[in-house]
Amino acid sequence: MEALDAFESSGEDASYIAGGQSLVPALALRLQAPQLLIDIAHIETLRGVELQGDWLRIGALTRHCEVLADPLIRTHAPLYSDAAPHVAHPAIRNKGTIGGSISHADPASEFPAMTLALGAELEIANRDGTRRVAADDFFVDLFQTAIEPGELLVAIHVPVVRPGHRWAFHELARRRGDFALVGCGILAEFVDDAVAQIRIAFFAVGSTPIRAQQAEDILIGKRLDQATIAAAQAVAGDDLDPSEDEHVPPAMKRHLARVLLGRLLGQIARQAP
Amino acid sequence: MSALTPLDRPNSYIGRSVPRPNAKRLLAGRGRYVTDITLPRMLHVAYVRSPYAHARIVSINALAAREMPGVRLVATGEDLAKLCTPWVGTMDHFKGMKSPPQLPLPIDKVVWSGQAVVAVVADTRALAEDAAEAVTIEFDELPAVVDIDAAREPDAPVISPELGSNLCFHGKIDTGGIDEIFTGAAYVVEEEFHFGRHTAVTMEPRAIIADYDASEGQLTVHHATQTPYQFQDIYSRHYGIPESRVRVIAPDIGGSFGMKLHMYHEDMAVVGLSMMLGRPVKYVADRIESFVSDIHARDHRVRARMAADAEGNILAMDVEDVTGIGAFSAYPRTSVVEGNQVYRLMGAPYTFRNYRADLQVVFQNKVQMSQYRAVGHPVACTVTERLVDMIADKTALDVFDIRSRNMIADDAYPCTSPTGYQFEALSHHACLAKLKAMMDYDRLRAEQAELRTKGIHRGIGIATFVEITNPGPAFYGVGGARISSQDGAIIKITPSGDVHCSISVTELGQGTETIIGQIVAEHLGVDSNRIKVMTGDTDTTPHGGATYACRGAGIGGETALQAAKKLKANVLAVAAAILQDEPEKLDIHSGWIVDAATAQQRMELSEIARIAYFRSDTLPPGTQAQLSVAHHYAPQGYPFAFTNGVQACHLELDVETGLVKILKLWVVEDCGRVINPLLVDEQIRGGVVQGLGAAFFEECVYGDNGQLTNGSLADYLVPMAVEMPDIEIGHVETPTLDTQLGAKGVGEAGTAAASAAALNAINDAMKPFGGTVAQVPMTPARILKALGHI
Repeated sequence: MEALDAFESSGEDASYIAGGQSLVPALALRLQAPQLLIDIAHIETLRGVELQGDWLRIGALTRHCEVLADPLIRTHAPLYSDAAPHVAHPAIRNKGTIGGSISHADPASEFPAMTLALGAELEIANRDGTRRVAADDFFVDLFQTAIEPGELLVAIHVPVVRPGHRWAFHELARRRGDFALVGCGILAEFVDDAVAQIRIAFFAVGSTPIRAQQAEDILIGKRLDQATIAAAQAVAGDDLDPSEDEHVPPAMKRHLARVLLGRLLGQIARQAP
Repeated sequence: MSALTPLDRPNSYIGRSVPRPNAKRLLAGRGRYVTDITLPRMLHVAYVRSPYAHARIVSINALAAREMPGVRLVATGEDLAKLCTPWVGTMDHFKGMKSPPQLPLPIDKVVWSGQAVVAVVADTRALAEDAAEAVTIEFDELPAVVDIDAAREPDAPVISPELGSNLCFHGKIDTGGIDEIFTGAAYVVEEEFHFGRHTAVTMEPRAIIADYDASEGQLTVHHATQTPYQFQDIYSRHYGIPESRVRVIAPDIGGSFGMKLHMYHEDMAVVGLSMMLGRPVKYVADRIESFVSDIHARDHRVRARMAADAEGNILAMDVEDVTGIGAFSAYPRTSVVEGNQVYRLMGAPYTFRNYRADLQVVFQNKVQMSQYRAVGHPVACTVTERLVDMIADKTALDVFDIRSRNMIADDAYPCTSPTGYQFEALSHHACLAKLKAMMDYDRLRAEQAELRTKGIHRGIGIATFVEITNPGPAFYGVGGARISSQDGAIIKITPSGDVHCSISVTELGQGTETIIGQIVAEHLGVDSNRIKVMTGDTDTTPHGGATYACRGAGIGGETALQAAKKLKANVLAVAAAILQDEPEKLDIHSGWIVDAATAQQRMELSEIARIAYFRSDTLPPGTQAQLSVAHHYAPQGYPFAFTNGVQACHLELDVETGLVKILKLWVVEDCGRVINPLLVDEQIRGGVVQGLGAAFFEECVYGDNGQLTNGSLADYLVPMAVEMPDIEIGHVETPTLDTQLGAKGVGEAGTAAASAAALNAINDAMKPFGGTVAQVPMTPARILKALGHI
């Protein structure tokens, strides 16, 4: 509450700082110059990982290195664990926080996309209390989320994976630890070896993490055979919105997304129950 | 009993992997880089830079900046032009080359995006940057000259109208009859190659402190440079300060690679700012500034073809290179050297005699392009070696067979290349045979075929090369550049019998001081841990060329060797007088005067020093002990000591994503006498990594408007340890007979051929799919295009 008040008193010319792995470079490059930095790194209620019934609560200040090693996350929200080794480098993972990554909402980052794939809900605090926003409604635009100025991401609530769930994560990057050319996380629920529900979240393919909904629609109710996977691959590019980039042109992003989707679905198909 | 080896001899340091004595200091955090130096009353400068690639400066308003906290001076191009004379980056032996005069800061026009325009000096760098934001410059944007073809169009905007065109230099080589040879050849292959710009990205950026003391008229510059003598000369002449009053000190240097031997405008300005203020002024380029102001490298488009007869004997090459160098030629070494080495090194390992080449060096609105590790070599090597592979394809010869068929025989020396290079002795065939055995080539080929059936696509590429080292005065001196090709050393024996050597070659982290210590230890006859080597200070070392173009070991090392021998003779003369013996019958082993025939110890070197320094009264009358010597050495035999070698790259290509895993790299190299195998191998490994960076990752990408679009370490990819393969190294030793030491250079061998081997390996991996790549870096996008996926 003290932090929220501090923001209010700054006349909104303030930034919250936790791990500082995105904000500090922005300050160094003089891209941002807030009058006030509000250090939230020591707020106890933003820390900790806890199982709450069918939900896993991950405190926003949980560091990337903690995500990587946490047994509760490994068991109940495994896409975060699978993605964590690909988040930058150890020095950055030792400081950066999952809440910082999700609220920064870099469309090329792993954790925002996995938040989408896991169907998590984001707990946001303001001076009136807290509210929860579904991941599908959270990522609004480039570096823009449902968090209003002055609000603070408190925790990520993840519906725990259950028997029948299968998942896979991978990203294509030119160097280990780089922002991906394309990345993807998939969480699927199988009933009788057919896809009952599936969430496919791509990153680095548009201004936000993006679900490949047309591919999801094709897959629901089907067994993951080669023809089905090929059909999903064929439409996967349509949901994506890669920007013009002479280093990685949109056609290449779409091609890589199709390749990645095929590989991940193949991997899921091979995960016999 | 094991047999004696060449290392079983007295004082044997040459040929041993002596660790670097300074490594521990650097690892312990006791390095002293320019950034670590804080002088009393020191100020800091930040520069306001041009956002345009090409624009007229209409007005500069610095009123607000001058009122900002801590600001001591805001200076413009006009202010500095009153102190500093202009410089022009040309050399006489490049006939017809031209370049406009340069000043520390521009007066009326900016010619690249990122060019420093206004200097703001303040108490701290942060205050200087704050004030720099308050400077407003009105620009009138001009059309930017970016493309190398557009730059040469008759109606192109001319960057320096006084020069008449955007052509800096046009060179031609023609041995005659080329068209006829190509017309009559059984096979002709041709390709258009593109070599992107990349840059050094040294761990320590450029850094300089200029400290002008008006009371003595003394300028002291602490400068992160590999060539302190060159900068002493430049600061003296352009600021009109007598040379004896200019001291340049290069302390610890965190990597250089040729980047830190060019004149940079910000650095020149710092000297003038210190003179204006009478206080030390420090400038450290931050990483973003480095990308837009350090020299870039390469930037060539080469159209080349090669002719061969029906048996695969290469008959001729025909080459057209266009290279973009920025808006002027770099000072004082010029930006033509890169292209000159590209078009003279083409085909150098091979026997063919017919060669035609056209080199055009073009001005454009980009940051300056100039010498960087392996100047021109990777371009010449890649073009040649790719064309050789294409001939191999046409003639169904294996890549090893086509090369051994065409390379100069190991017993054919001395000989010359079609472009006039004189080769003393090279060892292409010995190196090629050694490489083939090291890499187990036949097994790799069998494995490749087997894996292809499983959808795994591996490639094998090889590349032979010739490297230019130990340059004599033909390199720079004859062109009028005041860059020395000789070196000097002063060696003295201390009263305790220790040894102090100050020498003009410089230490950049590559181990120069270590090998100089080894050479002195061996040839004077003392333990290397009693030798201290000092470098990098124009006041305390003799004048010399310092470090460039692979000369430290070959020229600096020979200087140290000759100086050590001279000092040894002096020591033995005193010893003979004391021992009443003849100098020829004495020797020095590990700090002891010994009987040369029996190695019997006679007296310690420390005892000679004690007598010489404190009890000269006990010496025979007329004996004046000379326990310090100064000695210079300039190469006088071949103009260059060429070296050679061959590299092989093994990699796996993901043909769906265009991503590449480099599996292994092998190098066999002949740098003549190997002084320190550990340091030689690390020079090669570091060079290979830079070559692989150029092959796969590093590129300075410009937009059509002349803006650098990836000028940060988030977007510009340097090779990282995870992506680098194991690098296995073998040696063949063909010492040069021009020196007693026999050493040639090795610093550029790794970079010279790594990208060529990698390019050949990628094309080998893609062979089943028909696509080819002739551009570096080989990004996933370019590979996917070649494979027809996008």
